[in-house]
This record gives sequence, structure tokens and C-alpha cells, in this order.
Amino acid sequence: MFTNNILSIITWLPVVGAILILGAFKKDQNALIKKFATAWLALDFVISLWLFGYDRRTGGMQFLEDHQWISAIGARYQMGADGVSVLLIILTTFLGVLAALSSWKYIQKREKEDYVLLLLLQTMVLGVFSSMDLFLFYLFFEVSLVPMYFLIVIWGGENRLYAAIKFFLYTLVGSVVMLLGVLKMYFLTQDLAITTKVSQATIGLLAGNDNALRMVNSTVQAATQSGTGSFNIVYMQAIGSVIPMGTLQVLLFFAFALGFAIKVPMWPFHTWLPDAHVEAPTAGSVILAGILLKLGTYGFYRFNLPMFPKASMDEVFFGKFGVRSIMIFLAIISIIYGALAAMYFVVKKDGDVKKLVAYSSVSSMGIVMLGLFALNPNGLNGAVMQMINHGIYSGALFLLVGIIYERRHTRKVSEFGGLSHVMPGYAAVFLAMAMTAIGLPLLAVFISEFLAMRGAFEANPVWAGWAGLGIILNAGYMLWLYQRMFFGEIENEKNKSLLDLSGREWVYMMPLVIMSLWIGIYPGPFLRYIEKPVNAAVRAIRPNYPIPGQPPPATTSAPTITTTSAPVQIKTQP
Amino acid sequence: MYRYIWLVPLLPLAGAAINGIFGRWFRFSEKLIGGIAVGTVALSFLISLTAVYSYGFGGEARWPNPYVTTQTAFNWIPAGAVKQTLGEGDTSRAIAVNGQPASSVTGPASLLNIQWSCQLDPLSSIFMLIVTGVGLCIFVFATGYMHGETGFYRFFAYMGLFMFSMLVLVMGSNFVMMFVGWEGVGLCSYLLIGYYFNKQEAANASRKAFITNRVGDFGFMLAIFGVIATFGSAQYTNVVSQAAGYPVETLGHWGLMSWIALGLMIGACGKSAQFPLHVWLPDAMAGPTPVSALIHAATMVTAGLYMLTRTNVIFQHSQTMMLVVALVGAFTAIFAATIGITQNDIKKVLAYSTVSQLGFMFLACGVGAFVIGIFHVMTHAFFKALMFLGSGSVIHGMHHEQDMRKMGGLKKYMPITYMTFLGGWLAICGIIPFSGFWSKDEILWNAASTTHIPLGWLVWLIGTIAATCTAFYMTRLVAMTFWGEERFRKHEHGMEHEGHAQKKEHATSHHDAHVPHESPKSMWVPLVVLAILATIGGFVGISTAFTGGKEVGWKMNIVNWLDPIIWNKETGQFGKAEEGKFPPNATPLLGNEGPFGANTSTAEREQLLSQARPTNGEAKAHTGFNLAHAVESKVGSETATEWVFIIISLLVAGAGIGLGLLFYVKSPQLADVWAARLKPLYEASYNKYWIDEFFGWAITRRTMDLARGVFAFDSKVVDGGVNGSAWLTRLTSKITGGADKYLVDGLVNAIADFVVRLMSPIVRAAQTGLTQNYALVMVIGLLIAVAIYFVKSL
Repeated sequence: MFTNNILSIITWLPVVGAILILGAFKKDQNALIKKFATAWLALDFVISLWLFGYDRRTGGMQFLEDHQWISAIGARYQMGADGVSVLLIILTTFLGVLAALSSWKYIQKREKEDYVLLLLLQTMVLGVFSSMDLFLFYLFFEVSLVPMYFLIVIWGGENRLYAAIKFFLYTLVGSVVMLLGVLKMYFLTQDLAITTKVSQATIGLLAGNDNALRMVNSTVQAATQSGTGSFNIVYMQAIGSVIPMGTLQVLLFFAFALGFAIKVPMWPFHTWLPDAHVEAPTAGSVILAGILLKLGTYGFYRFNLPMFPKASMDEVFFGKFGVRSIMIFLAIISIIYGALAAMYFVVKKDGDVKKLVAYSSVSSMGIVMLGLFALNPNGLNGAVMQMINHGIYSGALFLLVGIIYERRHTRKVSEFGGLSHVMPGYAAVFLAMAMTAIGLPLLAVFISEFLAMRGAFEANPVWAGWAGLGIILNAGYMLWLYQRMFFGEIENEKNKSLLDLSGREWVYMMPLVIMSLWIGIYPGPFLRYIEKPVNAAVRAIRPNYPIPGQPPPATTSAPTITTTSAPVQIKTQP
Repeated sequence: MYRYIWLVPLLPLAGAAINGIFGRWFRFSEKLIGGIAVGTVALSFLISLTAVYSYGFGGEARWPNPYVTTQTAFNWIPAGAVKQTLGEGDTSRAIAVNGQPASSVTGPASLLNIQWSCQLDPLSSIFMLIVTGVGLCIFVFATGYMHGETGFYRFFAYMGLFMFSMLVLVMGSNFVMMFVGWEGVGLCSYLLIGYYFNKQEAANASRKAFITNRVGDFGFMLAIFGVIATFGSAQYTNVVSQAAGYPVETLGHWGLMSWIALGLMIGACGKSAQFPLHVWLPDAMAGPTPVSALIHAATMVTAGLYMLTRTNVIFQHSQTMMLVVALVGAFTAIFAATIGITQNDIKKVLAYSTVSQLGFMFLACGVGAFVIGIFHVMTHAFFKALMFLGSGSVIHGMHHEQDMRKMGGLKKYMPITYMTFLGGWLAICGIIPFSGFWSKDEILWNAASTTHIPLGWLVWLIGTIAATCTAFYMTRLVAMTFWGEERFRKHEHGMEHEGHAQKKEHATSHHDAHVPHESPKSMWVPLVVLAILATIGGFVGISTAFTGGKEVGWKMNIVNWLDPIIWNKETGQFGKAEEGKFPPNATPLLGNEGPFGANTSTAEREQLLSQARPTNGEAKAHTGFNLAHAVESKVGSETATEWVFIIISLLVAGAGIGLGLLFYVKSPQLADVWAARLKPLYEASYNKYWIDEFFGWAITRRTMDLARGVFAFDSKVVDGGVNGSAWLTRLTSKITGGADKYLVDGLVNAIADFVVRLMSPIVRAAQTGLTQNYALVMVIGLLIAVAIYFVKSL
């Protein structure tokens, strides 16, 4: 029961908690509600640690679950996680606890609803990372907007309505375009011209292990019998990979890419992010930056790359500019542009610290995109690690900004200065996180930036050069921010009596510092979780990429059926 | 013993962690904090010493083969598969280096595993000793100097962290570990320069240092990527053995090796403060003086030299980059020396002197004398650390006064500081037999006699002029600080205590309190140790001219000690080619057969190599006029030639000192006279050639403008587009809403109205209220419907 449904348990547990809060607690039992919600999230985190049992040798999709759901369209309740999902799920549950802890004092009104929404949000995001059915994925992906919308609208700052609606509509636009792509993919699973080309070897490669392969096959068989298409993600990846290079492949790529690129957010779709962050409460910002942004990059990793390998690899589609060139171009622009825009908030006299962190997120996520579209193991490893590390450091920075905001009710850089004198502990943690953010070795982000940029260098040295430029700028604004906030004498009277970190604040900051150090010093365990999935993804795109110890499969390069095993076929509807 | 070398970096880290975490909570006493810091560094030094001894001379001596601690290593970054996209991906050219197998990399693809492992070899052993040894002196000094500071624990935590980073830098066995140390020392430098963080000047300087270094790191990082993409590994032993097999890129040929070397050189320029990335180092003097001594003179800034020497095989494969290194070094040497002449802050003079001396070291590497570059690193570490600590002692004694114009005559008050400082002064001026003489003279001699690059004579000339300037400004510094009239009495009140200056009657008693005093024992003992080293430390690299053309001391001679890691472009092997220099098992290492085997004579080897690498012949032809050869043709033997250059360098040092004495001791008014006469030059030098202002304007300001521009673009154009489309949507909805309300709805209403008006009489008439009538209508309707059905089917 437990081991077979572990992903469902992790995913739905927060909702159970939310229902319990709604049912069992009265509105004025705030102290109890926040303790209960935090404990409940902590419980979810502890349970999610079970996922570290992911078999790294086998790789592929594990912790599989498969249930009948909407049989009319062939959508099934299928769950599964590969190494990348495992890390992201654990990051989500981990940040969930910290976000709840950070809300204890920050949220002063309608606390019950706040924790209920936080719990709901957890479920939605966890569902995204564990879905193996595109329909289910899409559902979670869309619904995750709702709790976030309310978190911003109810507990946000002055301009919260504008920010919330912008956030909601903007991401919705992307998802609607993506929905078209999803539907087209669904119809393609019923298209004999395509399905006959799918080889068992491809599905095997994408599924990663025998159990997953068996599940995919049985799904496809069930769909064939009932005469529907299938939403199974692995199968869809296999379908997508045999679509010949051309308008369809590229259009589908961009249909998915738009939805994810807005979520990432990539330049020029990023402007909702600073607004949403500035208005969101601390917990909202932490979840937004730490996890919701990962939905976009995770989408690229899970869908765009393996599903449309030909489009992803394409460097010359529109004459000189290919799909990959466009993505890399946008990624590099994001890196440099985000850094420069972040710098504006220290150049400006009374810049908003939160906006700075938000723009630095744009820059950081650009690194993820660069690593992903380097399309080699180093690049993908770096990209996945950067997702985790960005979750850690941007979450930490938002928490830190929240801490000072609780004390001073302002986030303007000009209001601070000399904080090291009164808040040495806070200054030390902030320094650790600022150094993480600028990629200092032996701290987490170095590992991911190094790998992502090395991957980019392998693809094209010039790309790495441009990305490196962004990293210089990162150091520039981070250190300047630190100097303006912490160095010098205290000039503002209000800062003279500030209290250093409280016990609760230490409790939620220290895990992040420790994680940053751990990943920086010993990233091996984490990299080993994603080694197999990443290699499989690279192989799915570039079948002949040389990976020592793994000879290139003979068949996957040719889209025709050359394997001995019978091709999977789906009967089309009459 | 050398199996425990991994402890060497970890011990100071442990000390730093204890001091940093518990020092504040448990309010450690200064004695305890100092004890922990000094103790861990001392232990590191002892381990280094015994490890190096057993490595070089003990029973299990491995010299000159590198010892890599793979046993205690762990796989730091299992990065995954790597495709060798650059280079040939061909490892067959790789040669064995000092007993290491040729290369563990096979084929065009490999798994990249960044190891966390230490490497003990001739180069890292020297640096380990310098870092821990000189570091120990400075730690001891700092316990006295920092006495009474509120952030005492913080200072030693940072210092310990610095020692860790620096030792990782020099002991790591691969490029990425070097990068870790590289960035780590940058961070510690940032923290320590900004130690007095409430001073805006210190905060700015620390940020400037970090960001300037980041520019260098950018080049270094790309070079590392290039190395991995070319050689499939970041491990030195792999890279070095493969790189040796690549063809030499002569002047005008810009290839892979040149690209990698360029990236490395940018990194080295950043860390070692070479023009134009030197701007951070003088500002870095805002940190406490022990920091300046440790980081900005003896250790961190020499990391660039470590890197250059470590990768000498790559640099030597690019003649263009060798020339660039030599010219950058020579230019920096003279450029910084001329600035040093006019500065008044004692630490600023020393800072520019450091930049200038680093230029000398780069110059040495550029002309192919990497070993001599490292030799100068060592002697410089001794005498510059000595002088920085001496200046720290002076500043301490002068109650934190750094302006030399307010000093003078201090030798009476601080005799030990004065005596030790004299040692450093004579060493840096290059007076025989002080340490600086040996290394500086060798640098200039190698510049004059280089066959690695053309323009050796120019490099020599610039170097010689720079050496004269060095002797001059150092004499000026000593004269202004220790000799002459006691100007501190005059200035004290006028400048620092304006409030007191008005009360003349208290002035005398106040003076006594501010009379300079000798520093405590914890400060002068390290000075004495360093002074001894600065005096005699140069003998480990005694010039061959003094020993009858022979290199004496074998392993004890630093030149021979380091030689096995230097690639020899004549033979294509590591180490010098002469027979009998090394123990028979050290070279050659490829067995007896083959072009590099022991059975092949040097002449045959030469011939084979010239066939294999025709570019080598060109390389020789391109170096053009060679000063040393020209002189040799006049005086006869090589030893005689060397003597000529020794005498020249002694003469210029003497001339520099003489001029300094003339200007600042004999007739002090001359200095002002000449400053007025050469006003434009004086102004340019005094203002550091306005380089900082230029960078501030051209880079910092423009980046800020760019940031403003980007944000304006973002909010106006990008977000404007988003809001614009939202506005457009709203507008459309308004229009459609309006159309709906007025047009569609209006039309519907109008029609309804019309219908109502038109039909109402009829309809009203039909509303009889009689059921029969309704039934009738229904039947009629039914009949019509049936009728239509029949009509249709006909």
C-alpha cells in the first residue's frame, strides 16, 4: 500500500491536511492552525524522503501507479518519477515546510485560508512533478495557478490585484496554446501513420526500465482496445520523436515551449515575475521562485526535449536561425538582461530588494535553459542542478527579504545600511546566500553553473562566453547590494534597534545554508540520481552521443521499425 | 608522511570554523582565538615541511614524480559524459610525464569526474612551504597587530579560510580545484579587505577587488572549459601529458593552445594584478596590514604565477601568448614602478611595488624562465611580507598613521623594525647577497638571453629601467619613514586632532602619548624571521655565474628542484635535456626505445623532433635579435656574458639607491624641485595615470547606464507590450461590449419593438382567452404542418 502509492500519498497528503484544517479548526485557532499546517507539511517532507530510495542503477520512471480514470478519452491516473522528478518533489516538500514556517508572523490576517491555500498549492505542484499522464499533468499545471493567485490577491502588497491578474492571465495564455499542442499530440497517438513508426526500443529508452516499459505498453494496449488515444507521457515522447522534422514538429515544439517559457520565465515573457514577486507574501515568493518556475524548466526537460528531439536539435530552420538557436539566444538574453535589470535596483537609489532577487531569478533560469539546450549530459546535469540550487538560494533570499520586511515594513535598499552591526547572524546568512547566488565554489550554484556552462561550451564556446558575462554581472549587483545593506555605519535610526534572527528564523534558514554547502561540497549523490535520466534524455535527442559504458543504440536513430519486437499500434477511431 | 598532506589545507579550515562559529558565541579570549589560528597553521606548516622533506629527500622520495593523493580523494563532481569537441581527441600523442602513465583518457568521449585530490609535486611543494611558512609568521604578527579589535575572532576566521583556499589552490590536482581555491581566496580577500566594513572606502575596495577578479575568473573558467573540451580531463597529469604532444603555435599562428593560454592569462592578470586588471590591488590596502602582507604580497597575488608555471606546457605551445605574457609583465613592472615613486601612503607604495614585482615575475615566465619566476615569487614573499609587516609595525607604532609625510626619523624609536626593514629594502633593490638580487638578476639575464620569444632585449631594457625605479622608490620610502627629521610631531595635531590643537598648553603632554613606540614581541619576532629569510633566502637559487657555470646543490637548488615540471620545447620532454642531471630513473621515462627513449641520442632526437614538428625550427628563427648572444660574441664565454649582466643590474640598483639618497637624504628640496619641473609626469604618476577614473567612467558608469537602459526597456517596451496587449484586449472587449449593447442588443430590441408594434393588434386580437379558439389555432397549425410534409414528399 505505502510503497505502491507513495507518489499519490505525497501528492494528496497536503489536500488532506487542508481539509482537516477546514473541518477541524475554528477560525480563531490561528496558533494551532499554523503549527498543524507546518507539522503536516513536515510530515509530507519526511514521507517524500522515501523517494531517495529511487533505484539509481536502473534509472527511468519509478514508483509507478496506474489507475483507470477518464476512459472515454484514454486519460489514466498514472504517476511515476524519474531522478529529476524525485529531486524536484523533495525540493517542493522541503521548501513547503520552510514557506509555512516563514508565514507564522508574516501572515496576520485570514491565517486559516493562507495555510489551506499553501497546502493546496503543494498538492498541485507535487502532482505536476509526479504525473506520467499528460492530461493529469496539464490539470495540475493549470490548477496550480489558482492557489497562487489567491495567495497574491489576499495577502499581497499594494498593487496585488494587478500583479495577480497579470500572473494568472499571462501564464494562462501560455497554457492555452500548450493545450492545443497537447490535443494535437493526443490525436497523433491515434494516427497510424505516426504510431507505426514508433519502435519498442525508443519507448524502452524513454521509459528507462522494464516496469515502466510494461506500464506504457499496457496503457497503449488498453487504449487500442477501447479505441481511444493515450495521454501517457512516455508514449507521447516516443510519438513526438518520430514526427518528421518539419512544420508540425516545430509548431508543436513552440506550442509547448510558449507555455513553459512563460512559466520559466524566459525573456521576453518574464515581466509577470517581478510584479508577482513584489506583491506576493514571503511564502508565496518562496514557492513561486523556488518551485513554480521549475514547472517551466521541468516541462522543457520532460516534454520539449524528448518529445520533439528533431526540433530541439534543429539549428537551421528559418534559414540561419533554428529552433535551438532561438532558444539559446533567448536563454543568453535572459542571463545578461536579467542580471542588468537586477543591477538597476542597486543603481537606483531606492530600489526594491525583492525586485532585484526576482530579476536575478530570470538570469538564473536562463542558465537552466542554456544548460538544457546544450543538449549534452553536462549541460542537462547542470540545468537540473541549477533548478534545485535556484530553489534553494532564491528561496533563501526571499525568506531573508521577508525577515527584514517583517521588521521594517520596507524593502527599499536605501532604507538599510550597516545592518552587520545590529544583525550579525542575519548578515552572515545573507552573505552565504549571496555567495551561493553568484556561484562561489563549494557552494551549490557553482556546481550547476559550472556544469551548465561547460555543457554550453561543448556545444558552442561562444555561448559559454556570453553566459560568463552574465555571471560577472551577477557578482556585481549581489556584492553591491550586500555592501549597501550591510556595510557602512547605521544611518537610519529605525535600524538601530533591529533584532537579529529569532530561533524560528534560524530554524528555517539553516537548512538552506546546509543544503547549499552540501550540494556545493558533495554533489555526487544528487548527480547520481539524475545521471541515468539525463543520459536517456540526451540519447533520446542525440542517439549517437558517445557516453562511455553505454554504446549507442542501433535503432533509435532510424525512425523506422527495425527492432525485433513488434511495433506498438493503436487502432484509430472509425 | 606525505600521505597526510590532505590535512594541510583542512587544519586551517578547522581553525577558522572553530573561531568563526564558536568564537562569538562563547566569547573566546584573544589568546584562545590566536592560539587556535596560529596552532593550526603551525601544524600545517610542520606537516608541509615533513611531507616535502620525505617527498624530496626521505626514504620514500618520489621527486620529481608528482604524488597525487588518489587514495584519500573523493569524486567531487561526477559530471557525466564529455565529448572532446576541440583538439584532436587523439591521446596517442600523449607522453609520459615524470613517471605518470601517459594518460587515462581514451577516445573522443570520456566521463568527466572532477576529483577532490591533492597533488604534491615540485611546484606545489614550494608553494605549500611559502604559504604555510610565511603565513605562520604573518599569523603570529597579526595576533599582536589586531590586539583589541572587536572582530578579532572574525579576522582569524577569515584568515583561516584564506589559508584553506590558498592551499587548495596550490595543492589541488586539477584545474577545477585550482579554480575553487582561486575563487575562495577571492572571497577571503573580499572579506578581509572589507574587514573594517564600516569604512566606505574599505567596502568599495573589497567590492572592486572581487569584481575585477571575477573578470579574470571569467577567462580562467573558459580556459578550463577549453581544457576539458580539448583533453577530456581537468587533471593536471592528464592535461600536461597530452598538451606536450600538440604542435607549437609560432608567432602569427593562433590556435587552440593560444586560446587556452589567453583564457588562463586573463585569469592570471586578474589575480596577480597585471595591467589592466591591476586596479584592485592598491585599493585593497584598505584592509588590515597583515592581510596586505599575506594576501596582497606573499601568497594570493602570486597565484597567477603558480597557474602560469603549472600550465607552462600550454603557454610554451603558444609563442604569441609567451610574448604577450612577457610584454604585459614588463609593462606592468615599469608602469607600477613609476606610480610607486610619487605615492605618499606607505602601504600604497608597497602595493605598487608588489604590482611591479609581479610584473617582473610575469616577465620571467614570458621569456621562458618559469622556474626563475617562481624563485622570485619565493624571495618576494620573504622580503615583501617583511616590508608589509614592517610597515604594519610602523603604522601600529604611529597609532594608525599611514602617510609617510608625517613620519621620518623612526629608526630611533623602532630599532628592530628599522633593522629588519633595511634587509627587505636591500633585497628588493637587488643588492648582493640579499635574496632579491639572485632572483631579479636571473630574470633580467633570462630576458636578455631568451630564445622563446623575440624582443627579449626590449623586455630586458624595460625590466632594467623598472629595477632602477624600484631601488629609487624603495630608498625614498625608507628615507621618508626611518630617516630624516621627525615630522610626526609637526603633523600630529594639525591633521588628526584638530580639537586638541587649539589647546597649546596640553600639546606637549599629548605628544608624549603619541610618540612612536616599538611593537610588542609577537610582532617583531616574525619580522626577524622574515628578515633572515629575506637576507639569505636567495642562495637556494644561486646564479651559475658564481659557481663556475655549474648549477650546484642539485635538488637543493630551486632551479633543479622545479625543472622536471617545465616542458622543454627543444626536446619535447619535461625537464632539461642534459645528461646526468637527473637520476637515471627520472628521465627519460618512455623506456629505451622510440624517439624519446634512452637509446636515442640527443642529436637523433633533435632530428626526429624537427621532422615531427617543423614549427619548432621556425620558432627559433623568429626570435630575432638576441641581446645576450650579441654580448657573448663580444666577450667570449657565456659565464662572462652573465657577469656583464650581473654588473649591469648591480649598477642600476646602486644608481637607483644613489638617486634616492640624493633626493630624500642629501638634499630633500630636490624632490619638490623636480616634481615641479616634471609636473605633467608627476601629476600623471601621482594620479596613477587616471586608470581608475577611466575604468570608472568607461566600464562601471556604462554598465550602470546599461542597467538603467535595460530596466527602462523592460518596463516600457517588454512590459509595455504585455500591458499594451492587456489594454488592447480591454479595448476590444469594450468595443465588442459596446457593440453588443448598442448594436446587437439594440437591433434585437428594435426588431422586437417593431414586431411588438406591428403585431400587437393581431396578437392582442388572438388573445381571446377562449380555449376553443386556441384549440382551433393548434389544429390549423397541425394541419399546415402536415400539409407541408405531404407537399415536400411529393
